[in-house]
Amino acid sequence: MAYRTELGRVRGLGSAKEGAHHWWQQRLTAAANLFLMLWFFIAILRLPAYDYDTVHTWLSSSWAAIPMALLILSVFYHFRLGLQVVIEDYQHNESRVVAMVALNFFTVVTAGIAIFAILKVAFTATTGVPHA
Amino acid sequence: MASTTPTTKRARPLSPHLSIWKWGPHMTVSILHRVTGSGMATVGTLVMVWWLAAISGGAESYATFHHVFGVFAGGALGYLFGIGLTLSFFQHMASGIRHFVMDTGAGYELKRNKTGALATMVFSVAATAVVWIYILGVK
Repeated sequence: MAYRTELGRVRGLGSAKEGAHHWWQQRLTAAANLFLMLWFFIAILRLPAYDYDTVHTWLSSSWAAIPMALLILSVFYHFRLGLQVVIEDYQHNESRVVAMVALNFFTVVTAGIAIFAILKVAFTATTGVPHA
Repeated sequence: MASTTPTTKRARPLSPHLSIWKWGPHMTVSILHRVTGSGMATVGTLVMVWWLAAISGGAESYATFHHVFGVFAGGALGYLFGIGLTLSFFQHMASGIRHFVMDTGAGYELKRNKTGALATMVFSVAATAVVWIYILGVK
């Protein structure tokens, strides 16, 4: 108890029990990113060329679209957590709130565009059985 | 805590600042982890999202992306962003794995810590070289 602040002693609420949440989520996404990003590098390096047809055909396959969508979710959540720490270190008071709101919008908007683009390519693929 | 001194007026203790430490590779790697992470989160995100949007937008929108990074000024922007992001990724990955090791409480001995820090930089430069020699030379 000696280490608690006066306000903390008066309120007597203890911890919010979510102190490790940010830390733990960052580690979990880091582990997922390790596998997803190594897959991404290998997949890109294995492509025979980087013209539109090759890349579009590659992304329209479920074997590329699914890990690519998972990569976006995991990597973008990870960088949101990481940039939050950067903002908390260098920004204070009102500018911290503004930066955090901007960070959340940036993450959601870029992730939204990326996921939509992946799904659009995957769901409108015309390879294989032709449409009637 | 002595209750006689007013708590609001007392100067709070400050953590030792950068300038009092003798510079070492662990400090460089710590800063590189943040710089590469921030760089990939901003620049890397925009390039990645543009690339995906260009693929979904059709052949013409992909041609614009390809022109900017693959044709314009001999593909200089492609090399700049491509090699820069590759190096950033491998550095961030290596120092991230080093963080996993240190999270377990291991690797804090002075020599091992220094070796580990240096190893992340050796790895990131070597891995980047391998990837780009493969792209430019083998393919």
